[in-house]
Amino acid sequence: MTLRTFGFNEFGFLLQALQWTIVLTVIALIGGGLLGFAVALARTSRTKAVRIAAGTYIQVIQGIPVLMILFLSYYGLSLAGLELPPLIASGASMTIYASGYLAEIWRGCIQAVPKQQWEASESLAMTRLQQYRYVILPQAVRISLPPTVGFAVQVVKNTSITSIIGFVELARAGQLINNATFQPFRVFIAVAVLYFVVCYPLSQLSRWLERRLHAGSNR
Amino acid sequence: MPEVIVEKVHKSFGALEVLKGVSLSVGRGEVFALIGRSGSGKSTLLRCMNGLEKINSGHVEIAGHTLGGDAKALRSLRTDVGIVFQSYNLFPHLTVGENIMLAPRIVKGIAKAETQKIAREVLQLVGLLEKFDSYPDQLSGGQQQRVAIARSLAMRPKVMLFDEVTSALDPELTEEVLTVMETLARDGMTMILVTHEMAFARRVATKTIFMHKGTIWEEGPSKELFANPQTQELRQFVKSDVK
Ligand SMILES: Nc1ncnc2c1ncn2[C@@H]1O[C@H](COP(=O)(O)OP(=O)(O)OP(=O)(O)O)[C@@H](O)[C@H]1O
Ligand SMILES: [Mg+2]
Repeated sequence: MTLRTFGFNEFGFLLQALQWTIVLTVIALIGGGLLGFAVALARTSRTKAVRIAAGTYIQVIQGIPVLMILFLSYYGLSLAGLELPPLIASGASMTIYASGYLAEIWRGCIQAVPKQQWEASESLAMTRLQQYRYVILPQAVRISLPPTVGFAVQVVKNTSITSIIGFVELARAGQLINNATFQPFRVFIAVAVLYFVVCYPLSQLSRWLERRLHAGSNR
Repeated sequence: MPEVIVEKVHKSFGALEVLKGVSLSVGRGEVFALIGRSGSGKSTLLRCMNGLEKINSGHVEIAGHTLGGDAKALRSLRTDVGIVFQSYNLFPHLTVGENIMLAPRIVKGIAKAETQKIAREVLQLVGLLEKFDSYPDQLSGGQQQRVAIARSLAMRPKVMLFDEVTSALDPELTEEVLTVMETLARDGMTMILVTHEMAFARRVATKTIFMHKGTIWEEGPSKELFANPQTQELRQFVKSDVK
């Protein structure tokens, strides 16, 4: 293999890999969002056993490194005879990881809605489902926007872990190019800049939402 | 047949017994005022009447419903019993109109056009028709409380419960809310109100109940009760309340 330099082609390769980072982030947020939403609801259930089960799930997911979730889904399932392609294994483990954190963030947002809102809607003869649907969740969603967008930044960065099982996202692409060019500073500065270009606007968006939430009305 | 019957109701929070066997009966169109010191159990009694608090023992009948059935029975009871709280509790993400139309539409299944008519009618009653499209945080406290009353009325309740609905309001704003309540009373609504407004209780309530330490300590027609308190505790309470 001839030694290459870090040029346009290599940068193009990084950009392609960045797309996979974004795809993985989107999978994690959608999958983790759906699962996390269910767990958040379970966490605020009136049935104690359901609350405990959801709480345990959150504790377990938050208590183990994302890397372990990744290894377990990749190697664990392949030992069991299921050969998962890296994208599936990565998507699944990032989904599980995101669900544990989103569930906890959203539980907090649901519980941040004053209990008088529950009482008022209950007194108007609404069912529990109607209370969630028309009164509690619309308010909780508003509260949840800043921390949720903030968490998305963590997900973008943490997708880099999936490089370990050979999924070619941005970090893995950086490694590959470095192996071919031996120009680690150029390569990894380029990689870092690309992460920053995605994360910085998200952080700013989160802050802006936060400010708007505090400055604005309750709407 | 009385509209509200409360019989030997006991209610505890943990080891603390807050209601120690309370009984009362309110006829249709009557207005009862509940007065008493802080912590005497007024709010708890009111909240027991629409099932917001579960009673430990006793019997409650209200607006033709008996407390203690399943969730569906309780919801059915609540469509006939309105409650208004000290802290208004309007839904902040909905306009005034939407606040009022929501429950009639989703709970009673009334068509949207009809709920709009109802909303206009109850807003007219509390004098806030022009606020139909405003959000709660664009209104004064007194206006929000009148909307909260309108929201309850839109369910066409047979009994209305009020828990210190003017306690968070300045005197001028208090007056506008009391006026609305007086109109309701005159129109024949059965009402039970916890209040610190002694003058209002004396003028509007057919009967006043003085609660003390979780029991009904003294009760009677409002004018008599205030003019001629029988117990030391009520005498002190009435005296201390004259500001
Ligand atoms: N959810 C609850 N859990 C525990 N204790 C409670 C609860 N609600 C009320 N209490 C207690 O019950 C007692 C009666 O409270 P309640 O709110 O009925 O009094 P009140 O007469 O309405 O007083 P106030 O004039 O201050 O509103 C108080 O000692 C209160 O601390
Ligand atoms: Mg009270």
